[in-house]
Amino acid sequence: MSAIRTVVRGAQRRRVSTIVIVAATTMAVTATVLAGLLLAASSAPFDNAFARQHGAHLTALFDSAKTTKAQAAATAAQAKESIGPFPVATATPKQDPENPPIPPLTVVGRADPGADPIDKVTLLAGRWARTTGEIVVARTNLMIPPGIVLHLTNGSTLKVVGEARSISRTAQGWVTPDEAAALGQTGWQMLYRYADASSATAMTAHRTALGPAAQAQSWLDVRNDAAHRTQLYVPLLSSFGLLGLALAALVIGNVTAGTIASATRRIGVLKALGLTPSQVVRACLAQALIPGLIGAVLGIVVGDLLAVPLTADVADLFGTVPLSVTPWVDAIAIVAAVLVIGATAAPAAYRAAKLRTVDALAVGRTPHNGRGRVAARLAARTRLPRPLSLGLAQPFTRPARLLAMLVTIGLGAAAATFAIGLTLSLRQVQAAHDAPDTSADVLVAPDRPGADDPRAVIAATPGTGQFYGRGPADITVTGLRDAAQGTVTSGDARWAGYAMLAGRWYTAPGEAVVSTGFLTATGMHLGDTVTGAGHRPLTLVGEVFDGSANNHLYTDVASLSAAGAQPFLEWYVKLQPGTDRTAYIEALRSKNVYAEATRTEGVDGTLLVLDSLTALLTGLLVSVAGLGVLNAVVLESRDRVHDIGVHKSVGMTPKQTAAMVVASVGLPGLIGGAVGVPAGYLLHRWALPAMAHGAGIRLPQTTIDVYAPALLAVLALAGLVLAAAGALLPAGWAARTRTAVALRTE
Amino acid sequence: MIDVVDVSRRYEGDQAALDHLSLHVAEGECLALLGPSGSGKSTLLNLIAGLDRPTEGTVTVGGTRVDRLGEAAAARYRRATIGLVFQFFNLLDDLTVADNVLLPAQIAGAPAARSRQRARELLETLGIDRHADAYPGRLSGGERQRVAVARALMNRPPLLLADEPTGALDTASGAEVRKLLVDLHADGQTIVLVTHDEALATTVATRTVRLVDGQVTA
Repeated sequence: MSAIRTVVRGAQRRRVSTIVIVAATTMAVTATVLAGLLLAASSAPFDNAFARQHGAHLTALFDSAKTTKAQAAATAAQAKESIGPFPVATATPKQDPENPPIPPLTVVGRADPGADPIDKVTLLAGRWARTTGEIVVARTNLMIPPGIVLHLTNGSTLKVVGEARSISRTAQGWVTPDEAAALGQTGWQMLYRYADASSATAMTAHRTALGPAAQAQSWLDVRNDAAHRTQLYVPLLSSFGLLGLALAALVIGNVTAGTIASATRRIGVLKALGLTPSQVVRACLAQALIPGLIGAVLGIVVGDLLAVPLTADVADLFGTVPLSVTPWVDAIAIVAAVLVIGATAAPAAYRAAKLRTVDALAVGRTPHNGRGRVAARLAARTRLPRPLSLGLAQPFTRPARLLAMLVTIGLGAAAATFAIGLTLSLRQVQAAHDAPDTSADVLVAPDRPGADDPRAVIAATPGTGQFYGRGPADITVTGLRDAAQGTVTSGDARWAGYAMLAGRWYTAPGEAVVSTGFLTATGMHLGDTVTGAGHRPLTLVGEVFDGSANNHLYTDVASLSAAGAQPFLEWYVKLQPGTDRTAYIEALRSKNVYAEATRTEGVDGTLLVLDSLTALLTGLLVSVAGLGVLNAVVLESRDRVHDIGVHKSVGMTPKQTAAMVVASVGLPGLIGGAVGVPAGYLLHRWALPAMAHGAGIRLPQTTIDVYAPALLAVLALAGLVLAAAGALLPAGWAARTRTAVALRTE
Repeated sequence: MIDVVDVSRRYEGDQAALDHLSLHVAEGECLALLGPSGSGKSTLLNLIAGLDRPTEGTVTVGGTRVDRLGEAAAARYRRATIGLVFQFFNLLDDLTVADNVLLPAQIAGAPAARSRQRARELLETLGIDRHADAYPGRLSGGERQRVAVARALMNRPPLLLADEPTGALDTASGAEVRKLLVDLHADGQTIVLVTHDEALATTVATRTVRLVDGQVTA
C-alpha cells in the first residue's frame, strides 16, 4: 500500500498538471450536470411541471351574477379533487402612451396560491400579495417586473410585488380575496382534478357536467399550446446536452490517459524497487481517480450553482417552472465521470503494468520511437521562424494525443458555430414574423368598429406611398370543426413583407394563402379550393410563414360574403421617401384619423432567454474544450521539458519558447476549426428544420441560410483562437522554466 | 574573457554549491575544472553560461555581466557567446543531425543559405557529414558528441563550455572527442571544460582548477 501511496504522491508533486486535471474534470462534470439537467428539462417539460404543481385538469369560471358561491362549491363532488371557489375580477390598467400597453388582467383572489393542494403556483420573483393594493402577476411576454405600480381605470392602484407561474394558466394575476372583491368580482373560479383526464373525450364530458354556466379550460388545450413552444427548443437543448456530454467524456478520458502516461518513469523506478504489476494497476487507477474525484465533486457543486440560472432560463423558454437541483443527475454525473476515468485509466494502467521495467526507466532518456519525424523534416524546410516550425511539428510525435486534441477543438468549434447560427436564425425568424408590422411606417387604427373609413383621408394626405388594410376574420372551412384564424386584407398587400414558403401572394378575391399549419390540419395542397360558409370558394395560391403552427388563412376582404359581419381593418401605410413621419401622423390626427408609428415590439423575451441560454452553454462548451487543450499542452510541455531546456541552452528566448508552444496547437486548431465548423454548420441545417418540424411549421430558407462566407471563415479561425487560448498558460510556464532546471528534468 | 568574482550559489536549505569563488579565464585559454561530484563544477559552468544566477558575486564574460541578465537577454547572450556541450549530448531525437546542428543559427534568425553552408563545413570538419540526414539515435556515442560539438560551434561562439564531454563515452569515442577539443583549442577556441577525467584535463587543458565543496583548492 505504501508503494501505491508513493506513486500517488507523485501527483502532489506535479502541481500544475494536477491542478489542470482537477480543473478539467470540474468543468467536464459541470458540463455533464448541466447537460443532464437540460436533457431532463427538455423531456416532457409540460408534463413534469404539471405533475410538480399538481396542476388543474379543468379550470372553471362561473359568472357570479348567475352562480352563487355555494353552487360553484357544489361542483366539487364531480371531481376527484378540487379547490375553490376563488373570487375572480378584472384589473384594467390605464394605458400609458410612453409604455407598451398592458391588457386587462384576469385576477384571482387566492390567499396562498403556492400552498394550495391543486395548482401550486410557483413564485419566480418577489413575494405573494399580503394585503389589498398588491398583485402577483403571471410571468408572460408582457414582462411586468415587481416594483411597478399599475394605475387602474377605476382609479385604484395595484403594486406588483411578485411574478409567478401557473402551469395550468389559471390566472394572469393573483391578489388577496379582499382585493378581488374590491376590484369588483365578476366570477368564481374552481379548479378540479379527475381520475380520468387523459383524453379529450373525457375532458369534454367533465366540462359538460359543469353545466352551461361554467366556462372551462382543459389542461389538454393548455398542454397542446405549450407543446408548440417546447417542441421548437427541445432539439436545440438536446443537441447542447449531447455535445456537452461528448466533450466531457473526451476531456476526462484524455486527462486520465495523459496522467498515467506521464507517470510511467516513476512507475519504472518503483517496479525496479519491487512494485508488482497488480500494484501498478491499483496505483495508476488511484492516481487517476483521486484528482478526478476531487474535480467531479467540485464539478457537481459548480454545476448545481449554475443550474439555478440555467433552469430558470429553460423554464422561461418552455413556460414551465424551474427544476430544482436534481440529485439523480448529480449522482449520474459522478458515476459517469468515475466510469469514464476508470475505462480510460484501466487500459493505460494495464499498459504501464505490462511495460518492462527497463523500458519504463528509459522513458525520457531514450530516442523517440520515430513518430513525427516526417513532420519535423517538412517543418524544418518551411520559411517560418524556427520556433514556429518546431512547434508546428511537435503534435505529430503523439498521434493519439493529437487526435484527442483535434476532436476537442472540433467539438468546441462545432458548438460555437451551431450556437451562433441558431441565434442568427432565431433573429431571422423573428424578423420574418415581424415583417408585416415593421414594413409599414404608420398604422392607422380607427378607434372602434364602424368608425368612418379612413381610406380617402389616407390617400389624400401628402406623403402617402402605399397602404393596405388588415384585420382578423374567422374563416369557416368545410371539413374543419373549428373556424380557421383568418386575416383579410384590403388593397395591395404584396409589399407587406409576408415571407412566402411556396407559391405566391394572392392578387384577387377568390384566392388565398395559408400557413403550414392550415395545410397540415386540412391535408390540402396549393391549387386546392377551400369552401365554407361566409366566403366564396378560395383557391390556395401560396403557403406563407407566420411564425406559428396555427391554422391561418389570408385572403382579400372582398372574398367574404357581403352579407356577413365585415371585419374591422387597421391600415398600414408606407410613406414616400423623405416624408416626415411625425408630421404625417399629425396631419392625419388633425383630420380626426387616429394614427401612430408602427410599433417595433423590441427584442422578444423568448429570444433574450434563448440568447442567454446559448451564450451560457456555448461558453461552457468552449471552456471545456479550452481546458482540454490546456491539459494536452501541459502534458506535452511536461513531456518535452527537457527539449525545451535544450532549445533554451542554444539561445531560444522566453518569447520564442512561448511562440513554439502556442504554435504546437496551430495545426490542430486550424484542422479542428476546419472540421468543426462544417460539423456545426451541418448540425444547424439539421436541427433547425427539425425544431420547426417539431413545432409544426416550416421555415423560410432565409432563416436557415444565415452563415455568410465571411462569418464561416471567421468561425473556422475560432478553432485556432480556442487552441491558442488553451495553450497560453502552458506557454507562459514553458517560457518561465529555468534552463538549468529543464535540462536536469528527465 | 571570463571574470568570476566572489561568487556563491546556495540552494534552499542546502549547503552552498559555490562558496565565495573567484576565477579568471583568459581569451584563448583552455581551462579544466576538476573535482569530485557535488564540488560545484557544473554549477559554475551554468553560471558562466547564463543558465543559472549566483546568489552573490558577479560573473562577467566578454564584458557582459551575465549575473544581471534576464531570461531573454541570457538567451541572446548564449546565442552570441556560448557553445554548450553536455555529457548526455542533449540532441533532439526527432531532428536530423543537420537540423540539430542548424538549430542555434535558425533560432538566432541567421540567413538560411549561410547557415547551411556553415553546418556543412562543420559536419565535414568533424567527420560526420555522411550522417547529415540521419537521426541521432542511430549514431554512436562519439558521433553524437561530435554532432553536439558541431551544434555548439554553429554560431561561432567565442567561448565553448563542455560539461563532462567524455563522461558517457567508451574509451575509443572518448579519445576521438579529446582530439577534437585539442584541435579546437589549437585553432584559438577558448574552452572551459568540466571533467572528472584527469587524462582529459591533462591532454586538453592549458590550466586546471580543482574545486572541493564549492571552493577552489588548487
